[in-house]
Amino acid sequence: MKRQLPFVLVFIFGAFMVFQYFVPHESSEWVYEFLLDWITIIGIFALALGIYSLYHVSVEKIKFKRENWPYSYVTLIGLFLMVVFGFTGRVGDAWGMYPVFVLTLVAFLMLLIQTTIATNKTLWLGLCAVSLVVAVAIGLFDDTWTINFMTQEGLRNSMFVNFFDYILIPILSTMFSLLAFFIASAAYRAFRARNLLATLLLIAALIVMLRFNPYMPFGLPALMADTSNWLMNVPNLAAQRAIVIGIGLGIVATALKVILGIERGYMGKG
Amino acid sequence: MSEKVNIFDRMMRIDRRWIFLFLIVVCVITYTIPFTIPIYPVPEVKSIYNFLDSLPEDDIVLVAIDYDPNNLAELHPMTYAVVEHLWRKKVKVIFTSLSQNGPGMADQAIRDISDSLKLDRTYNGVEFKGREIVNGVDYCFLGYKPYYALIILGMGQDFRLHFPNDYYGTPLDDLPMMQGVINYDQVDCVVDLSGGNITDAWISYGQGRFNFPLMLGLTGVMTAQYYPFLGSGQVKGIMGGLLGAAQYEELADNPGRAKDGMRIQLFAHYVIILFIVLGNIGFFMTTRSKKEGGA
Repeated sequence: MKRQLPFVLVFIFGAFMVFQYFVPHESSEWVYEFLLDWITIIGIFALALGIYSLYHVSVEKIKFKRENWPYSYVTLIGLFLMVVFGFTGRVGDAWGMYPVFVLTLVAFLMLLIQTTIATNKTLWLGLCAVSLVVAVAIGLFDDTWTINFMTQEGLRNSMFVNFFDYILIPILSTMFSLLAFFIASAAYRAFRARNLLATLLLIAALIVMLRFNPYMPFGLPALMADTSNWLMNVPNLAAQRAIVIGIGLGIVATALKVILGIERGYMGKG
Repeated sequence: MSEKVNIFDRMMRIDRRWIFLFLIVVCVITYTIPFTIPIYPVPEVKSIYNFLDSLPEDDIVLVAIDYDPNNLAELHPMTYAVVEHLWRKKVKVIFTSLSQNGPGMADQAIRDISDSLKLDRTYNGVEFKGREIVNGVDYCFLGYKPYYALIILGMGQDFRLHFPNDYYGTPLDDLPMMQGVINYDQVDCVVDLSGGNITDAWISYGQGRFNFPLMLGLTGVMTAQYYPFLGSGQVKGIMGGLLGAAQYEELADNPGRAKDGMRIQLFAHYVIILFIVLGNIGFFMTTRSKKEGGA
């Protein structure tokens, strides 16, 4: 029963979602919307699980001093700070005790990590509780800022916006822009006319790269643009269509296998 | 005794650090020297521009900002060009962001473009007076929810299903522009600016099921993958990478980040082509001398 129930549920809901697509009735739409709501709710639980997992993995790394363990502190502090900034916000222009509040909460996090990894847990737990009490006390008596648990005001918190705009965006953009250098190096090594197919690939790559080159003489830019468009719209399109149709058929086959209980990988072992 | 390495061998085996150095020098020089390059718009970008340009005042376009900061260089200029074009024409915009880090990007773009709209500007000979962009009147930002395929399906039923409130916490029913806007039926088209798989969901679950006009803004590496949908008519147009964004800016007569970036990209491509050519010359000459030596 323990194993059969999930299969029955998957079959019923999978088959319903397939048939619902072809039944534009009000009650069918209602059940469909109800199921969409449920999937979102399950997704939110998965998000919470993900955050716990990140915390757990990072703490384990610190505890056993695995490779690059100090960076786990950066991960946890970054995660924690964004959550704090997202749930709080200044009321006016004054900072008040807000920096102290944030630092106290960071201290709470560090002590919490220490509590998890230390042998003498009582001492660290006590310090943890003290820092939390101080943070709550500041929260209760300082009226220059507010806690927004139930609203989305925190998304406008200047600290939240600035951390995103001036820390996260530059970091991610920098990581991605490094690709340009690796692509240049890879292109130099890979595009060699070793045989016919490699030569065709090389010529196609050069044409596509030169398609917007405005400095070529004798009407070559237009010729390059036309050839590049032909490459994209004929050979590329034909190959991509074959891939897309193949993937589509594969998805249908896999979905049927899951609905009919042939593919049971989602159940874990067995 | 070490074998003598000739110039062609060297051309075949240039240390990658020299490539990196040469590339960064060229990028810095082209960035420093101000000049412009001509941009020739292609039909797939023109079709997007023409469609959006033909929309009358108060129509609604859904702009999906489905990319993270790592795709900022290519896709952010598209957002700026498209949204400014729409707002100058007083077309209303519903923003969504189905990528985790997208809301911050969307919020930043909305703030910047709103500031730009305060100035008087002339585009393609038409004078546009500066005006204040008002949340709830000119735009509605729905924000982020996980599981993009479900959200796209859900918005086809009712925007309020997954987004009862906008990103800033205001109930959708309290926003003037959302009065009577239930689902995609009230939206003239969807512009998906994406750096990942979310585009597939917009095509399969969005356009495929609800049949709205869909236009794509994609990163350069993704572009070739989506041409089948252009050929089949499921997608009305594609802006591919920084070049696509620059072509849109050219059509909208609003040169911005993309056109500025194109001169750097052009010369970076020259560098890559130069090294490819050097590598191939080295390869040919080395192979030939080996054959001659063998013979």
